[in-house]
Amino acid sequence: MLRQLFRFHGGVKPATHKTDSTRLPIGRVPLPAELIVPLHQNVGGTPYPLVAAGESVLKGQRIGAAEDPFSSAVHAPTSGRVIAVEPCVLPHSSGLRGLCVRIEPDGAERWIETAALAWRSLDPDELRDAIRDAGIVGLGGAVFPSHRKLRSGKGGLDTLVINGAECEPFITCDDMQMREHAAQILRGATVIQQMLGARQVLVGIEDNKPEAIAAMNAALQAAALQNIEIVAVPTRYPTGGAKQLIRILTGIEVPHGKRSTQFGVQCFNTGTAWAIADFVENGRPLLSRIVTVAGNVEQPRNYEVLFGTPMSHVAELAGMQPDTDRFIMGGPMMGFRMPNFDVPVVKATNCILVGSPALFPSPRPEMPCIRCGECARACPTDLQPFEMYWHARAKNFGKAQEYHLFDCIECGCCAYVCPSSIPLVDYFRFAKSEVWAREQQKNAADSARVRFDFRNERIEREKQEKAEKLAAKTAAARAAAQSTQETAPAAEDDPKKALIAAAMARAKAQREAQAQTDAAQDKKPE
Amino acid sequence: MTSLNSPYLRQANSVTQVMGEVLLALLPGVIVYVYIFGIGVLIQILLATLTALVCEAGMLKIRSKPLGLYLGDLSAVVTAWLIALAFPPIGPWWLVVAGTALAIVVAKHLYGGLGQNPFNPAMAAYAAMIVSFPALMSQWPGAGQLGGAAQAALIFGGERIADAITGATPLDALRTGLHAPNAQLIELMRSQAFGAFGGRGWEWVSVGFLIGGLYLLARRIITWHVPLAFAGGLVLIAAIAHLLAPLRYPDALFELTAGAAMLGAFFILTDPVSGAATPRGKLIYAGGAAILTWIIRHFGGYPDGVAFATLLMNLCVPLIDMKTQPPVFGHKKD
Amino acid sequence: MLAALLTMTLLALLIGAALGFAAVKFRVEGDPLVDKIDAILPQTQCGQCGFPGCKPYATAIANGEAEINQCPPGGEEGIRKLADLLGREFKPLNAEHGAEKPKAVAYIDESTCIGCTLCIQACPVDAIVGAAKQMHTIVAPLCTGCELCVAPCPVDCITMETVTDTATTWKWPYPVISIRAAH
Repeated sequence: MLRQLFRFHGGVKPATHKTDSTRLPIGRVPLPAELIVPLHQNVGGTPYPLVAAGESVLKGQRIGAAEDPFSSAVHAPTSGRVIAVEPCVLPHSSGLRGLCVRIEPDGAERWIETAALAWRSLDPDELRDAIRDAGIVGLGGAVFPSHRKLRSGKGGLDTLVINGAECEPFITCDDMQMREHAAQILRGATVIQQMLGARQVLVGIEDNKPEAIAAMNAALQAAALQNIEIVAVPTRYPTGGAKQLIRILTGIEVPHGKRSTQFGVQCFNTGTAWAIADFVENGRPLLSRIVTVAGNVEQPRNYEVLFGTPMSHVAELAGMQPDTDRFIMGGPMMGFRMPNFDVPVVKATNCILVGSPALFPSPRPEMPCIRCGECARACPTDLQPFEMYWHARAKNFGKAQEYHLFDCIECGCCAYVCPSSIPLVDYFRFAKSEVWAREQQKNAADSARVRFDFRNERIEREKQEKAEKLAAKTAAARAAAQSTQETAPAAEDDPKKALIAAAMARAKAQREAQAQTDAAQDKKPE
Repeated sequence: MTSLNSPYLRQANSVTQVMGEVLLALLPGVIVYVYIFGIGVLIQILLATLTALVCEAGMLKIRSKPLGLYLGDLSAVVTAWLIALAFPPIGPWWLVVAGTALAIVVAKHLYGGLGQNPFNPAMAAYAAMIVSFPALMSQWPGAGQLGGAAQAALIFGGERIADAITGATPLDALRTGLHAPNAQLIELMRSQAFGAFGGRGWEWVSVGFLIGGLYLLARRIITWHVPLAFAGGLVLIAAIAHLLAPLRYPDALFELTAGAAMLGAFFILTDPVSGAATPRGKLIYAGGAAILTWIIRHFGGYPDGVAFATLLMNLCVPLIDMKTQPPVFGHKKD
Repeated sequence: MLAALLTMTLLALLIGAALGFAAVKFRVEGDPLVDKIDAILPQTQCGQCGFPGCKPYATAIANGEAEINQCPPGGEEGIRKLADLLGREFKPLNAEHGAEKPKAVAYIDESTCIGCTLCIQACPVDAIVGAAKQMHTIVAPLCTGCELCVAPCPVDCITMETVTDTATTWKWPYPVISIRAAH
């Protein structure tokens, strides 16, 4: 049975470099001397720490809790002692620090109490909260909190896409996980399918991974699952982009800013499906992931790595070569250069690409754009990168946005094909972050303006209220004065005069009363 | 300094390679040209190339750009070759030198250099020179008419007696011939200037350029849009006109192989810098150029219209590109 | 002659009526220029410009009563934007009104705070919470960094802390420019 596949525009076919790291099975990594677990490992808010320095933690114990609905929890990857909760260098291009929990492992690997989840009987909201507290996020690299994606749109869900395309060169972590854990990935997919109420599940795998496709098909037949299909898709970068894979499998194009669930489709990575199965079946939160170590190493290989493990610890296992000059987190097309060798592995680390000047020579110097249009032909989102480049370069961000800057998925195809070696994606990243910063600044200014105006209004109102109170008091006093005596014809429009008049009237009345009593006393016979 | 960020992989292509392929693709046409019309064009190519490199180097120096990097991009050489091929092969040496200098200094670098010029430099030079020296720019040798030595002598200062040294190009013959009273196209076409299916000799040069153009298509240096829209547009308008007034307007095949039509379709209008960039824009751009070419050929003051048509369409490129943005992923109306 | 005069008069009347109608029909509420200027100002409400807030300063600029270089938080970029909007010449920031500083937020040393509420009254955007004899604190995301709360504090417990980039607010730098010829 052949399924009709669709195609997306553009894309490139770089050399895949995938065979070297698939020769050995997924390896284990000995505990490092210290784990540095960043609290912020997901898209969304930074979780707040639940532990303090000196405390001992168990494996799987929650050490960071989700702060807002978009956040996700973080756990102790092993048992040990918290050395510190302090800012450390993050695995991020900026080289900036972020709050991390530093744990010294005790080597005992003492688990928290874990138990399988009766997920079928759980309320959907409770189950989503449990998944949030298990720290499960998208393991394809985008680390979007999974619990946010586990609700179907209004019209219900037709298709659940499981993304095993893995189109970036060098990366084979999903490939190896599918080969070794196909059954569990499918069980996870079933859990997701039932949570979303999806009619069918399509597992998209690029056709350069025949072993993974065979393993998944075998697991599918063994489990005799209905409505799940393994689909081999043509190898073409960036097929593994969620929107691109959805397009290939269903023909639906999900525009920027819309959720795929609005079109009846949702997409999860194979690794995420595996993690969800691990959680509902064993009660284990997300503590580790499969990481490909490739590039300038003796033996490229996949390892199961605890979060917080320094990247150099893993790379040395694979035999990092002495001329290594950088680590790239992710693949060569979309990966990010790490600020140093010791930054920790996090949930987003699908690959530690060990780089050297020989492996990734610096590109030729940037030449002027000749508008050849290669970039537009390669762009998987049908953009005109050379036009966007022109405006981003001139810092004309409004114009860049008119050319759909924010539809850019930063896949790198345009820069890959550019004959002028223009770092197009860098210009787009720059323009995007400028636009975001400006928007934030504008929102802050707008909110400050509103609050300032509100405060002024409030002060004005308070003044008025005070004046009104005073006027009311005066009126009351005047009324009182009038009732005691018909005198005090003070100016009615001046509350102060009225007040004084009232006071005088009161004094006069008092005096008169005094005089009367005096007179009466005088008249008193002795 | 270059970028330190992803993508770390780059395809092994460069401006130099693109321009080199274009030069390679020009070779078949050049070889046929030399075979039929003599070595004059080779001398012109040499002169133009030297001038272009000197001017390019000078301008890069003045604009303090890295010489080696930019001079090696071969873009100036492509401009030079196109000028040499567009100019008459027996024009005096200073004609092509002045034209090339104008193209590189004014049309290219004064507008900001590589990638910034709004007009095709080669065509700007051709237009400027034909306006300034209409007589010299119209002296073309007939096929096999002048030997190599005679051509060289003409280029480097030989005496010019126009009628003695040149035959009319087919487009010229057409123009002057049709202006005569009671002119008959069919008779004209039997004259010496006309060959099997186009201008005598020129038809085969055009075939040479066609072969080079197909090579560029196969190498994906250019897309099919511009050649197809230009050739298609020219064929369409020529066929209609020929059908309506067969005595006045030559057939489509003649139009397609005469003058710079083939050179224009594959090498001039496909210049990415000054041309439209979107797929739909390319169709409009090249189609417009085809119509303008035909109109200028038959109603304008100059024999060939490709240069002026290109320049006029260059003017429209920003508007065309703006109005033909392809729909973005997910925003398509289908 | 008469016809021409009549035509011109009629035309004048017609155009006049049309203009009058347009003036009423498309009447703009408020002063759009003030709003445009106000949109450029950073809304710090710090009063360093000599006006009690950004809106009054915007009004003063619109009326030609103030220069465009009196806003230190807006800095050079702000002055440039104002110069663009108003078609005026760019001027460097007037030092009398202060110097451009990186964005900061106020921070209250909570152990020193005596709960006098003076800073709460000074804050132009209500970014300080607290009550009499209760400790006060700054709601950092709302603080504009105007420094108006620093002076009134009787125990000097308020300091300005420069805002530093985090991984989420970090901006990608402008891509490096291609090399130029060495001279």
